Amino acid sequence: MLAGVLLLIFLPPLVAKDLCKDSQDGFKVRLSIKTGLGDDAYEWNESEMFLFRSTLAYAMRKHSNQDTYTIDNILVCNDTQRVSFVFVVTSTDDPDQLIPKEQVELAVRQNKHRINNAFLLSDMTLEFMGIPPTLSAPIIYDTEPWLIVFGVVIGAVAVGIVALLMSTVSKKRRAKEKAAGLSEEDEGIVKENGTALSSLGRKEGVYNQAFSNDDRFTKL
Amino acid sequence: IMKLKLPNPGLEDRILSHDELERLEVEEAGDRPKWDNKAQYMLTCVGFCVGLGNVWRFPYLCQSHGGGAFMIPFLILLVFEGIPLLHLEFAIGQRLRKGSVGVWRTINPYMLGVGIASLCVSFLVSLYYNTIIAWVMWYFFNSFQEPLPWSQCPINANRTGLVSECERSSPVDYFWYRETLNTSAAIEDTGGLQWWMILCLISAWGVLYVCCIRGIETTGKAVYVTSTLPYVVLTIFLIRGLTLKGSIDGIKFLFTPDLNELANPTTWLDAGAQVFYSFSLAFGGLISFSSYNSVHNNCEQDAVIISIINAFTSIYAATVIYSIIGFRATERFDDCLSGNILTLLNTFDLPEGNITESNYQEALHSLNTTNPDIISSLALKTCDLNSFLSEGVEGTGLAFIVFTEAITKMPLSPLWSVLFFIMLFCLGLSSMFGNIEGVLVPLQDLKVFPKSWPKEVISGVTCLVCCLVGLIFVQGSGNYWLALFDSFAGSIPLLTIAFSEMIGVVYVYGIDRFNEDLIFMIGHKPNIFWQATWRVISPLIMLAIFIFYFSTTVTKEIFYIAWDPESENFPTLEKKPYPSWIYVIIFLLAGIPSLSIPCTAVFRAIREYCCKKHPSVRKIAFFRIDGILLLFFAIVPIKNMTLFVKMP
Repeated sequence: MLAGVLLLIFLPPLVAKDLCKDSQDGFKVRLSIKTGLGDDAYEWNESEMFLFRSTLAYAMRKHSNQDTYTIDNILVCNDTQRVSFVFVVTSTDDPDQLIPKEQVELAVRQNKHRINNAFLLSDMTLEFMGIPPTLSAPIIYDTEPWLIVFGVVIGAVAVGIVALLMSTVSKKRRAKEKAAGLSEEDEGIVKENGTALSSLGRKEGVYNQAFSNDDRFTKL
Repeated sequence: IMKLKLPNPGLEDRILSHDELERLEVEEAGDRPKWDNKAQYMLTCVGFCVGLGNVWRFPYLCQSHGGGAFMIPFLILLVFEGIPLLHLEFAIGQRLRKGSVGVWRTINPYMLGVGIASLCVSFLVSLYYNTIIAWVMWYFFNSFQEPLPWSQCPINANRTGLVSECERSSPVDYFWYRETLNTSAAIEDTGGLQWWMILCLISAWGVLYVCCIRGIETTGKAVYVTSTLPYVVLTIFLIRGLTLKGSIDGIKFLFTPDLNELANPTTWLDAGAQVFYSFSLAFGGLISFSSYNSVHNNCEQDAVIISIINAFTSIYAATVIYSIIGFRATERFDDCLSGNILTLLNTFDLPEGNITESNYQEALHSLNTTNPDIISSLALKTCDLNSFLSEGVEGTGLAFIVFTEAITKMPLSPLWSVLFFIMLFCLGLSSMFGNIEGVLVPLQDLKVFPKSWPKEVISGVTCLVCCLVGLIFVQGSGNYWLALFDSFAGSIPLLTIAFSEMIGVVYVYGIDRFNEDLIFMIGHKPNIFWQATWRVISPLIMLAIFIFYFSTTVTKEIFYIAWDPESENFPTLEKKPYPSWIYVIIFLLAGIPSLSIPCTAVFRAIREYCCKKHPSVRKIAFFRIDGILLLFFAIVPIKNMTLFVKMP
């Protein structure tokens, strides 16, 4: 009788261990806390394991929309110093039955983000072997950024070309007007040595060597 | 041979005498454009000489030919080849006050071919050089986003994983070969025009047009920015680089001397070729720029200063580049090691921190003794810092693959990316100013355009034509065409032209007359160093480089390296032989400029003989000259032609 009672008491954990160890529906989990957090790394202990099991239970609850999952449904074994272990999920109706692998995978994928954040880790440092990380959606721009910069540069080039061409055209027009204006003035001015005085560009005029300012000899 | 002077009648009639030059100088008459100040001239020449080659060719040569020991052949050849040729081009331009075609036509009408060859080479080089600037602009446009597009692989169409081509190679390779070039697998499939590259090409030619629209009036203003900004950016990168881990390893790797390399003739050949191409000689641009100077400008001093600046820039850029490469190599090494450590930890379920970088070797050894079969099944990568450092490539690979990867590992990557590509853009653009000058001025001298067309229209038409022809390089196979042009249009013809230039000035124009001109211009006769180098040493060095270059190019198998995702060794680039019709193109690229030197002489001689009915004494003299010149200038290019014909 006593043996029977003892068997009844110790059977579930033994059976549980077997369920975890031998099952095909388990997933290996590996955490790299030191790599992920460096100096802020925390110790991996029973409490952390408790947190892990509860987040997994949460994931199963969300996935199956059943509020019956508890921490006892998550069985863990093969705990190593690396901080890696195997876990299985038992069904809420029957503790000897395991939830199939695909279901667990879907639950984990849906909530990976929350699980990662609970441990301050990422997809690289909290790995579920066999469950590939979900790829983030590619950023879709309304206008590619390079087109914007290209537009700015081309705009500046176009403005530069137009400005330079305009300045050449206006310079030519001014030179033409100046030449036209000069040819009108030319008729009134006395030519000296074949060139108009104004075109020499000097305001003082040309020094006439023939005229001498020295009137020593003419004073008489 | 020292005092040899070929007969050159009529020279006095073609050039301005010293008195006429003096009068021109004093009265400031003449419609030739002038530099606003000496600084503009120096910055333009420095910008022309300092180009992309200083950044991505010299560091590679330095590292692969014995590091610090490479400085010895480089500096020796700089002094005996670079500076004399530079001084020669400056002096002849300043004296004859014409662009390259005008100068050679003045020296002797039969030497017009040298000017035309310069024009052809400048044109061909402009085409592909501006495409490289278009690539730089594409990367610049793409640098204004975080994360940089080449830092991670894109996700494939059905969102299950990364694009396979990217996964097998690397994000930077994928971005360069697929998203930038969209390269085809072989030179035969054109792959169609890539619209985004067309836009970048248009913007590159547009910017060039704005800066060259009125000749040196506008380029003189632009060089204040384009010639000085690279130095600022290099200094910023040096400071940034030195604060990164592993940069000192890179610099040590670069400069560690290996004196055994000096015995290798390839080292000297590469040093000579690098000095030659680095100075942008034989393009005609330097002669043009120098002709806008005042006639008493001290060209001797200018040549020495610019050579020193060029050498200094090469060494400075090499230091900066290799500090960043050292950083990248160290990052790769660390990643490799961490990957191995993680594999070991995971396999043996050891706690984290058990194996670190310091005790990796002992840990591996102890694990190997206990579980050798498991260790061998893991296929751990061998991590060797030196092999990562020697991955330092050259050319576009350095700028667009290696350096961009290093930038993604730095904090604030977009900032460094923008700075780096602005620097490359300025380096390339300032070299393009010289190339375009070497195209526009000869076209004007040859009176290709009607005189009534204003300068703006001429430069516009030239840029438009070059842009349209440059569309070859924006198709799928464009990268292979560019490599083809770079190897053949920009190498052998330049050597031929430079050799002809030296012979032309020293023996046809006459070294005595040249010395007198220099006494008139700078006040003293050039000393024995210049005499020796101009007459004997530099031409011999040029000839030696030419012969070596020519024989190595022609005797070896010509192939190109292609990015072929279907090849077995992907992602290693695959060597493919050129199709047979490419040899025709190669002959055109290298042959037309070189052959134009003798062909123009022949053409002129035929015209002289046929058109004039009464041969006089002068005619006989001309005939004798063109016979000598024909033989002289035909030997080299005809050898060129026959050796190409021999190839399969």
